[in-house]
Amino acid sequence: MSKRKITVAVSGLNNIDSPGPGIPVIRALKDSDFFEIRIIGLSYDTMEPGIYMHDLVDKTYQIPLPSAGQQSLLTRLSYIHQQEKIDVLIPNFDAELFNFIKLHDTLKNMGIDTFLPTLEQFEERQKWSLNTFGEKYGIKVPKSKQINSTAEIHALTHEFGYPLVVKGKFYDATVAYSPEQAMAAFNKISGKWGLPIIIQQFTPGIEVNLTGIGDGKGNLIGAVPMRKTYITDKGKAWAGIALEDETLMNIARNMVKGNNWRGGFELEMIKTDKREYYLIEINPRFPAWVYLAVGAGQNHPEALVRLALGEDVKPYESYESGKMFIRYSYDKIVDLKEFETISTLGEL
Amino acid sequence: MKLLKNIALSDTGFVFNPGTGDSFSVNPIGLSILKDLQEGKSEEAIRNRVIEDYQTDNETIEKDLYDFLKMIEQFNLTDYHE
Repeated sequence: MSKRKITVAVSGLNNIDSPGPGIPVIRALKDSDFFEIRIIGLSYDTMEPGIYMHDLVDKTYQIPLPSAGQQSLLTRLSYIHQQEKIDVLIPNFDAELFNFIKLHDTLKNMGIDTFLPTLEQFEERQKWSLNTFGEKYGIKVPKSKQINSTAEIHALTHEFGYPLVVKGKFYDATVAYSPEQAMAAFNKISGKWGLPIIIQQFTPGIEVNLTGIGDGKGNLIGAVPMRKTYITDKGKAWAGIALEDETLMNIARNMVKGNNWRGGFELEMIKTDKREYYLIEINPRFPAWVYLAVGAGQNHPEALVRLALGEDVKPYESYESGKMFIRYSYDKIVDLKEFETISTLGEL
Repeated sequence: MKLLKNIALSDTGFVFNPGTGDSFSVNPIGLSILKDLQEGKSEEAIRNRVIEDYQTDNETIEKDLYDFLKMIEQFNLTDYHE
């Protein structure tokens, strides 16, 4: 089968110890049976390893931080589009999604397709709305609330008890065993990601996750559950294994059916000793371990590109449980000239 | 007691639970007991089979078999609803 040549722009090239999903998404796209893809990397920092991984990324452009706003992002994307004629764009950071969702129509008019959740879908699964989300879709969620000041921490002893989980609005989570630890976690996380901070009841059990993709019409196009088998000190999976978990698959199916989820997503759940499932987070994009789904027989990033291009995509019917991933670190040698080019010209 | 239906047993003694991702290694006698459970044999039938195969007596085997069965239960290899 001859493959259609397309250009896809991808962010999240920070393939570091707490990796972004960009490089795994690109690897998945390179494995595509349907497309021959030129990859345009979108980076925020000159130290994102993907910028220098020329076997995967054909050209990289720096883009403005999300805090710079939509206009600034649009100006930069217009320039990049002029050079590269982007067919599909896949943003991979939680923090940038809001801007890309808001620019959806403008990008579409420019000829750039995306396949992102709607603003409503994006907002209703925010960490501070998770209890309401759980009630709406029949998913158990640990009790949680948002706080905006350390003054609110003392009252948590009666309301939640200890331990409890202190979470950032986009990233980071720490288990605190005392008000002092909760205070320290509040300061550390709010200093990095801002307010609010989310307090969540600690739920003992095994963390199980699911990477999936919805077609925006209520159909779950693909889903693979995974358990982390080796976790870094940042709580990230260094190794994991694909599970056979029909309960978790049903939770994903019901959610996608209920809210017509559009795009990639990750469910982070706790499975208790009583085999009950509690939702602790929904990420509105593919996780960094999405390449495991490809290894298990479902190429979710490829499906997303096909959906973005308006193709009819049939749901995957199976995957191979027991497939594992193990990350590794690798010292990439980079010429100073390359670093100079991306630093001064903003493209490489 | 029944082994979960989807537990994978390899002749090398490697045991894999696709529901939890856990894997274990058992020796040949452990593997034979797991295979018996997979075939739906009763604890009494397993005990009699082990006594016969290993030419030992009931007192010797009872405690070890009990411990082994409790262990696989704790490791979530048995059917929760049984």
